[in-house]
Amino acid sequence: MSTAEVALGHDHEQTHAPDTHGHGHHELSFIQKYVFSEDHKMIGLQFLFTTLIMLFLGGGLALGVRWQVAFPWTDLPILGRILFGDAGGQMSPEFYTMLFTMHATVMIFLVIIPILAGAFGNFLIPLMVGAGDMAFPVLNMLSYWFMWPAILFFGMSFYYGGAAAGWTSYPLLSDLRQSAPYSGSAQTYWLLAVTFVGVSSMMGSVNYMTTIINMRAPGMTLFRMPLTIWAMFITAILQAFALPVLTAAGFMLVFDRLDFGGFFEGIHSTFFIPSGLVVNNAEPTVGGGQPLLWQHLFWFYSHPAVYIMLLPAMGMVSDILACMCRKPIFGYKPMVYSMSAIAGLGFIVWGHHMFTSGMNPALGMTFMVSTMMIALPSAVKVFNWIGTIWGGRVQFNTPMLNCTAFVSMFVVGGLSGIFMASVPTDIYFHDTYMIVAHFHYVIFGATLFGVFAGIHFWFPKMFGRMMNETAGKWHFFLTFIGFNGTFFPMHMLGIAGFPRRYADPYLHPYLEHLMPLNQFITYSAILMGFSQFLLVGNFFVSIFTGKKIGRNPWNANGLEWTAPSPPGHGNFDILPVVYRGPYEYSTPGQVDRDFLLQTDPPLRKTAGSVTTTPTSHH
Amino acid sequence: MRKFWCLFFMFWPIAAIVYSAMSPAYGWWFPGPSLTELGQRIDNLFYLILIIITVVFIGTQVALGYALWKAAHNKDEKSHFSHGSHNLEVIWSVAPAVILLFLALYQMDVWRDFRVKAYFPEGTIESPIAEVTARQFEWRIRYPAPGKKLQLKPQPDDLYAVNDLHAPIGRAVMIQLRSEDVQHAFFLPHLRIKQDAIPGQVIPIWFKAEKKGLFELLCAELCGWGHYKMRAQLTAEREVDFQDYLKKLQADQNYDGFPASDSVAKKEE
Repeated sequence: MSTAEVALGHDHEQTHAPDTHGHGHHELSFIQKYVFSEDHKMIGLQFLFTTLIMLFLGGGLALGVRWQVAFPWTDLPILGRILFGDAGGQMSPEFYTMLFTMHATVMIFLVIIPILAGAFGNFLIPLMVGAGDMAFPVLNMLSYWFMWPAILFFGMSFYYGGAAAGWTSYPLLSDLRQSAPYSGSAQTYWLLAVTFVGVSSMMGSVNYMTTIINMRAPGMTLFRMPLTIWAMFITAILQAFALPVLTAAGFMLVFDRLDFGGFFEGIHSTFFIPSGLVVNNAEPTVGGGQPLLWQHLFWFYSHPAVYIMLLPAMGMVSDILACMCRKPIFGYKPMVYSMSAIAGLGFIVWGHHMFTSGMNPALGMTFMVSTMMIALPSAVKVFNWIGTIWGGRVQFNTPMLNCTAFVSMFVVGGLSGIFMASVPTDIYFHDTYMIVAHFHYVIFGATLFGVFAGIHFWFPKMFGRMMNETAGKWHFFLTFIGFNGTFFPMHMLGIAGFPRRYADPYLHPYLEHLMPLNQFITYSAILMGFSQFLLVGNFFVSIFTGKKIGRNPWNANGLEWTAPSPPGHGNFDILPVVYRGPYEYSTPGQVDRDFLLQTDPPLRKTAGSVTTTPTSHH
Repeated sequence: MRKFWCLFFMFWPIAAIVYSAMSPAYGWWFPGPSLTELGQRIDNLFYLILIIITVVFIGTQVALGYALWKAAHNKDEKSHFSHGSHNLEVIWSVAPAVILLFLALYQMDVWRDFRVKAYFPEGTIESPIAEVTARQFEWRIRYPAPGKKLQLKPQPDDLYAVNDLHAPIGRAVMIQLRSEDVQHAFFLPHLRIKQDAIPGQVIPIWFKAEKKGLFELLCAELCGWGHYKMRAQLTAEREVDFQDYLKKLQADQNYDGFPASDSVAKKEE
């Protein structure tokens, strides 16, 4: 028994739920319940369904990219005849440019960020801190429904040919209409869509911070919060402070691009447009702007955004790993501090995306030091995860396998990052496939495997049923092999100086011999892509046919496992009172079971051995 | 099944190491040794980092695999109960910090020599050999007339070429990089040089090619649909050949329609 548990012995007066029972009494209409729902669980599921669909869209775009890189100027299978019938079925370079731009856009803005913060954040935060719902349910509903204008505008962007300036949208390619075939409406709609994603995230972020600060159950001190909640909290802070910069930059770019014609002909801002440029034989530009400004503003958001795309997965993996190893998480406070350090340092490393950009070289040196330092908390986290597995009694189920893959892949992604963090080697590796390999190992290898683990782990809480283990393991096995087959060889492409975003790299003699390797990568990517049908198949079938389970199928400790599966409106039928942190697995001397719920009252000594006092929900 | 998954997680790092080790033999490696001394130093840094991260990679993956293996064969009734170890946390915070800080500080001079103007080799800043202007989707090169210095503004007797950059070997030379439209990046993979061309800015790049040859010059920053085809060539040649090239360029540019011998004959009349 820790001292904290003893100290909380006085906290026994049964504070009854103040308002959780107030809801659920009146019947909700279908629209209120499933469409414009204010219930955080429904909103979380809405985010989850939407992002899973978008995952397939983004994956499809990626396979299109892979096809062109492996088999340039050959007929695209199946879709080629439909999309480019007049070109004999082969894609054009401008279509290819659009493909990778929209692949990154969809994956980042419509999959990774909303699935972590939107789906898991929404579903888990109130349940894990012991609240009946989010602090601002209406705002929460709006945060989901503001995704839809974003999706609509991305759709409009596709309709007008698709934005094709890279997801980073560096001016002036993204700024001047004459610079690219589709750089008219497509780019403007793209910017508006990103702005709406930002508004959605910001609403979520405010809600998460307020809920975590104000609505924790009695006894849930900050250092008794699960690491998932810490991660969501830190992520929300990152979003709140970084996003406004991107939103502002986005509007600056929109104002640069606006051209109403007629009386307003030629009236627009020139934040990023210098004077005297002749683009595509148009008349020289007038302006006094600076294109590098966009890079600074963009990366000031987008580097913290990288951690927005990673931290929640780190938190979820920590929780799942501890449960599956039946061990307390190794070094809880170091884990919290390292996440905070990652977030803090995350604000002062953005310049490492710009080492070759032509900014003051002295900045390159400072950003190199800060970037090297951010590897430190990441390393601490990896060691702590391994420490958590060490000496455990591991249950090799699907969540555990995906968590292990998370740790293993994150190591690779972190280590290859050192090549980019150090300025001299980055001169060579910048904008090569080394970068592509690196960030896919982090965003897919780490985050997405963490998400797979999270889906399998919390699915029973979402639907009251288990997902199929066999399908889950096959999905993991095939995805893992496909993933490494796709992205590990990309390191070698990077070392060979293979540039990113090339529609036909083999035009350059020194890259010609890399075509077979690229074909291997594409075959692996196809395997990986099609494996995801196993995931969604398993997901949707299990909603209806999975084995029914009770409140706590994993014998886990968190508050969410004391609520019914699925939890009703208001979440908890018994108001949780928290006595300890969420990682008390395998407490020595405890004889009847190897876990201690956060709500279990302190252990009682009875005749030499310690037993868990029976709790009402077992 | 437990053993299978343990072996599975131990197998993949081995496969990754074997694959990496055989990559140079298949040409999945640098496009030849660097042409410049500075590039050689970048390569050396690469290999230093590669050694460090390979050791860390093997260490962490072995630790992970071993921990899994032990956990799979754990005969105890319960897991080992531990909330962590302060000493271990201190060790694995300080050790990486020292290594990372060393790496950061150790590399600064290479960066300084490459980019900080005050450390450019003598003679480079005073007389750049050419101005390279990137545009969608080609490289335009402007040399000063033989014996003259490159001016910021184009001069009447400047010499022009497209997608064909010549540079002498054996001495440090500097070019001025600019962009006429969108952002581009000047990438010479064989020289390990990359520098973005920013519209509205003139950015100096210096290099000292040590060997003769033809080398690819590419664009490395997305510049539109034709990004992939901004193909140009760097011809590294002896000083005399470079001067001859400039003279030939000048003769071609001043060609007035008469063969060279005719115009000489006319003057004699």
